Amino acid sequence: MKIKNIIITFVSAIAILFSTSVVSLAKVVGDKIILGAAISLTGKYSSNGVHTQNGYNMAVDRINSMGGVKVGGKTYMFDIIYYDDESNPKRAAQLAERLISQDGVEFMLGPYSSGLTKAIAPVTEKYGVPMVEANGASRSLFTKGYKYLFAVLAPANLYLDVAIRTAVELNGGKGVRIAQAFEQDAFSQDVRLGILDAAKETGSKIIIDDKLPKELNDMAATLAKVKATKPDVLVVSGHTKGALTAIRQIAEMKVDVPMLAMTHCDAAKLSKQHGANSQYALCASQWHKTLTYKDDFFKDGMTYAADFEALFGYDPPYQSAESSAALLVFKDAFERANSFDQKKVRDALAATNMQTFYGNIKFAEGGQNVDKPMVLFQVMCDDAGKCENKVVAPLKWASAELIHPIPKWSDR
Amino acid sequence: MDFLIFQVPMLTVQAVLDGLLLGILFALIAYGMALQWGVMNIINIAQGDLVILGGYIAYFMYLYGIHPAWGVIVSPIIMYFVGVIIYKLVINKVVDRDLFISILATFGISILFMQLMNFAFGADVVLANSGYGTTMLFDNSVTLPNSKIFSAFISILFAIGLVIYMKKSKLGRAIRATAQNARAAKILGVDTEKVYAATFGINAALCGVAGALISITFTIHPYMGLPYTIRSFMIVIVAGLGNLPGVAMSGMGLGVFEEFADYILGTEFRIGSVFLLLVLILVYRRFKLSKKREYLK
Repeated sequence: MKIKNIIITFVSAIAILFSTSVVSLAKVVGDKIILGAAISLTGKYSSNGVHTQNGYNMAVDRINSMGGVKVGGKTYMFDIIYYDDESNPKRAAQLAERLISQDGVEFMLGPYSSGLTKAIAPVTEKYGVPMVEANGASRSLFTKGYKYLFAVLAPANLYLDVAIRTAVELNGGKGVRIAQAFEQDAFSQDVRLGILDAAKETGSKIIIDDKLPKELNDMAATLAKVKATKPDVLVVSGHTKGALTAIRQIAEMKVDVPMLAMTHCDAAKLSKQHGANSQYALCASQWHKTLTYKDDFFKDGMTYAADFEALFGYDPPYQSAESSAALLVFKDAFERANSFDQKKVRDALAATNMQTFYGNIKFAEGGQNVDKPMVLFQVMCDDAGKCENKVVAPLKWASAELIHPIPKWSDR
Repeated sequence: MDFLIFQVPMLTVQAVLDGLLLGILFALIAYGMALQWGVMNIINIAQGDLVILGGYIAYFMYLYGIHPAWGVIVSPIIMYFVGVIIYKLVINKVVDRDLFISILATFGISILFMQLMNFAFGADVVLANSGYGTTMLFDNSVTLPNSKIFSAFISILFAIGLVIYMKKSKLGRAIRATAQNARAAKILGVDTEKVYAATFGINAALCGVAGALISITFTIHPYMGLPYTIRSFMIVIVAGLGNLPGVAMSGMGLGVFEEFADYILGTEFRIGSVFLLLVLILVYRRFKLSKKREYLK
């Protein structure tokens, strides 16, 4: 019995020693600041997961090569431990747990999508691990009172707010008639709430309010209703699938509507898949390379886009840009906190007020970025059928004038 | 707002035509399911994934500059062999077993296919453009994409072709004999193993055709298969097994019902109302069945 007790004590002593040594080693090893991230490298979010990872990696390389992070007079380099969450929220939460309690990570980067961020946030909150996320825009993330969650992007309810306000402005300040179709997922429903708010404030009327089922890829009924009621604005949000389906069927059914506003057009590469049919569509975007924000690391959007393309071989979608911005925010916060104490870093993050190539970043109480408006771009094609996304709103950054109303199909 | 359809009479025409065209396409997928369910007593959960794989074949042809409509010929040929291979590897081990085991096995195949497609083709939503234009009726108040009309036409063509093949060809007769009584067919010299493989292959080929058509009319994505499985399952349940004209009718009926549910109840109740109808039909069947039994007593 005695021997057994001794063995148990001995083993647990070693276990405790081992575990504490791991934790104390992990946050900063030598001159490395180790961040953790669970990212969708496989599964249904894998393409955007990879965009996210590329954004993170590019920023890590850039910051490290430009002198790293200076804390307490010493220079540190960023490093990231990645795990693949398989696009699965449960797995993401497990991995966050593992990153924190086994790998001893004390600072986290966000995953891709609102759903996965929602799964991870309670874990990081429980352990008091500051997380800067760049791909979870759902409003519900910012109403839970999380203290350690910071999002560099604008919340989902603001995605198409600009579109409604622009339509009202073009209508001489009078309210417009809105038809809307939203997929039944957290993100799209948040976008819908934003439209409802904007409609209320501008005195606009919602005449069609369809909720698209997740599994359906046919919007013919909704579009037939639009044809019959002739609204001023048609708003569609249903991820890439929704954007592609909408453009295809609007063209096929010759639906004439003065303004068409959507989300997820950037990633959908609408114009690539549909060519001139996608012309005049307004797309909400977190970022566009022609915006004139600046910082010391990536200079501006155009330089970022060129560097990104040289590295990865494709034009950066906004998912990559916002992911890169998350690292800039961390670097800034570490240097201002001048410490690796989680609470101090958290407070420094909360006090962030900076400009990056991606936009201004300043966090509200709930953790969302309130200093960066959404931009709207319009798909514009030349006679040869080559299409480009041109920023049309807000006016401050507009690189082209909004074409409104959209020409009728019979005139195209 | 809910009853817009009654205020604008042309919407009724639009809804009926949209529903019919959609229903015919779904009926083609259900056709394959009914066939192999009837012959092999297997409920194929991977049905929708075979459809999506067929869609990717047409999509890749489109990417390489071939018109995706050719997919309705190429895709079924490739998918036939995919079907036979799946049969040889997995299905032949579960064909005589409990229905539950076949559901599990095909569910496994479904997951495997989803992941493999996601791995091979990426997680982006894709589509193939046919450039077929639009047919406008009644002074542009009813519009029908020609791609949908094309899909319905091809579906009907394949369905009729299959019925004739089943009636006239040797293999068709063997398949029907096996469906009626596998043991008796075996005794009379039918190689049931071969028949099963061919049946599964034909089912996969039909899925291939449907997939090619879906890539032209809608969109495809590795994880989009399950709704097609569920839809065809429902059509078969409503029609009853071995009732091929019934499959066509119930496919179109469900399509039209769904469109009207969308206009009257709202888009969010579209799928739900179809499920509700399914439950009602099953309850009604059960009710009729119990009456019959009493009568027999």
